[in-house]
Amino acid sequence: MIATSEDEADVAVAGGAGTLSLVPMLVIGRSGDGRVVEAGVGTSLMEEIRAAGFLELRAICNGCCSCATCHVQVGGEAAGRLPPMGEEERELLAESENRTARSRLSCQITVTQEMAGLTVTVAPED
Amino acid sequence: MQDYDVLIVGGGHAGAQTAVALRQRGYEGSVAIVCEEAAPPYERPPLSKEYLSGDRSADDILIRPPAFWAQAGIDLHTGRRAVAVEADARRVTLGDGATVGYRHLVWAAGGAPRRLTCAGHALAGVHSVRTREDVDRMRAELASVDRVVVIGGGYIGLEAAAALAKAGKRVTVVEALPRVLARVAGEILSRFYEAEHRAHGVEVRLDTAVECIEGSGGRAAGVRLHGGELLPCEMVIVGIGIVPAVRPLRDAGAGGDNGVDVDEHCRTDLPGVFAIGDCAAHVNRYAGGARVRLESVQNANDQAAVVAHALTGSPKPYDAVPWFWSFQYDLRLQTVGLSTGHDEVVVRGEVASRRFSLVYLKEGRIVALDCVNTVKDFAQGKALILRDDIPREVLADSSRPLKQAVPAAV
Ligand SMILES: Cc1cc2nc3c(=O)[nH]c(=O)nc-3n(C[C@H](O)[C@H](O)[C@H](O)COP(=O)(O)OP(=O)(O)OC[C@H]3O[C@@H](n4cnc5c(N)ncnc54)[C@H](O)[C@@H]3O)c2cc1C
Ligand code: FES
Repeated sequence: MIATSEDEADVAVAGGAGTLSLVPMLVIGRSGDGRVVEAGVGTSLMEEIRAAGFLELRAICNGCCSCATCHVQVGGEAAGRLPPMGEEERELLAESENRTARSRLSCQITVTQEMAGLTVTVAPED
Repeated sequence: MQDYDVLIVGGGHAGAQTAVALRQRGYEGSVAIVCEEAAPPYERPPLSKEYLSGDRSADDILIRPPAFWAQAGIDLHTGRRAVAVEADARRVTLGDGATVGYRHLVWAAGGAPRRLTCAGHALAGVHSVRTREDVDRMRAELASVDRVVVIGGGYIGLEAAAALAKAGKRVTVVEALPRVLARVAGEILSRFYEAEHRAHGVEVRLDTAVECIEGSGGRAAGVRLHGGELLPCEMVIVGIGIVPAVRPLRDAGAGGDNGVDVDEHCRTDLPGVFAIGDCAAHVNRYAGGARVRLESVQNANDQAAVVAHALTGSPKPYDAVPWFWSFQYDLRLQTVGLSTGHDEVVVRGEVASRRFSLVYLKEGRIVALDCVNTVKDFAQGKALILRDDIPREVLADSSRPLKQAVPAAV
């Protein structure tokens, strides 16, 4: 979180009030179907994936960090630029049967400009 | 209105998720949601939390963006109420007289807030917290409110008290029972939350019954307690539970005395009619096999999935571990399992540190965990529910992860 606060501030300035900068990322659903999604800076990655029509991302708790049904695997160069996991995200993910080194909870990620080119794969259901 | 293959009554968590899950599972029939509320499906938990405090907007709490529903081929009929069900004719009548035929009906109507019956219950300034409109009305009044009385010390009342105390209001919580959260948690948690609220300036009155609401000029001016004392206030919030919204189903002959009874596939005893979410009384093995209604987002979502499975040819009985959360001040409570009827509690960690878990047992079996600011215990605790082979000293030792307590190769 702290590591990216400066970047987020930059993005906010770049975007300007009222305008929404869009960041392209590749989202891959559970059936292997991939699509480029233009995610809005400052929005939740989970909401962007769902809004793009990936119905399998259940995200039951709607971002309360309680359900882990927003589990995704991130890839591509941009994955290295994601903000580190918070304690709660790490602890919740740790119990997922499908956890890998690339696992994240998409509801805990706020989209920033740095995420352009990110690959996001919806994780299998636990 | 046209007929539908699947007609869903209620566009809350359960109804909305049924439609989404059907499409996700490739269901190609026609699907509609009829919902009394004007707004497209939105999340209810923030109503007593971030939406009340103003930290999240109406758009922020939508379950899906407004354009989603049409894109997914789901017809949303908002602002319309189902008033009658004819089970044999497979037809629903709406409040405006229109009729809608269906092949499958999914009743997901939740519940209406239980109202006070005493004098003054309908005065302006008396609110319940169930719909976005309820909270919009509260928020419109807040600027001219200094003192608030919350009647009912359940989760919703306490969350509202926390949000309003943080906004600088002088809040009193009135609870009829000897402790808050009496129906849903053990005494340790009740006492902890009472102390937290008091530390945040909230007055907590236990064992206290309400006589009536006093008004002045048509507006609530105070809450009169049993025994005569008056608590002057400008706003009253009533959080005393819900009455399941099942009247049309009951009139059509569906069984049940607390909501509507359903089987393990969420089927009522009316042909082609399912019931899910807050209004569905089901036999739950996490409640020791008792028939219960659960009022939680987990239950609404997982029962929606059960219906979607049943309607897409791969029935899967409902058997999900219950879980729930509540946020008050900087306290994140996460609960897994159902603590009702527990006969033993093990405390993990120091309650005073505001980071601890309570493990509830019944006849030696772990039935639930209440985890305060301990996501790790919440996440790991799920695997412990209904186990009877975990040593107490491991449960009590917060330096040892709960995971280690589970014997390997299960
Ligand atoms: C303030 C508040 C805070 C909460 N916090 C949490 C929490 O933190 N965590 C958690 O897990 N749970 C929480 N809950 C509980 C959770 O929101 C409910 O369990 C969940 O909303 C139940 O979903 P449902 O679809 O069964 O009912 P609802 O969400 O109530 O939806 C039912 C819908 O049906 C409509 N309807 C009713 N009758 C008819 C009719 N005859 N015709 C057409 N439409 C009708 C209603 O207007 C409503 O829109 C909270 C609830 C409230 C009110
Ligand atoms: S949506 Fe529940 S943890 Fe992300």
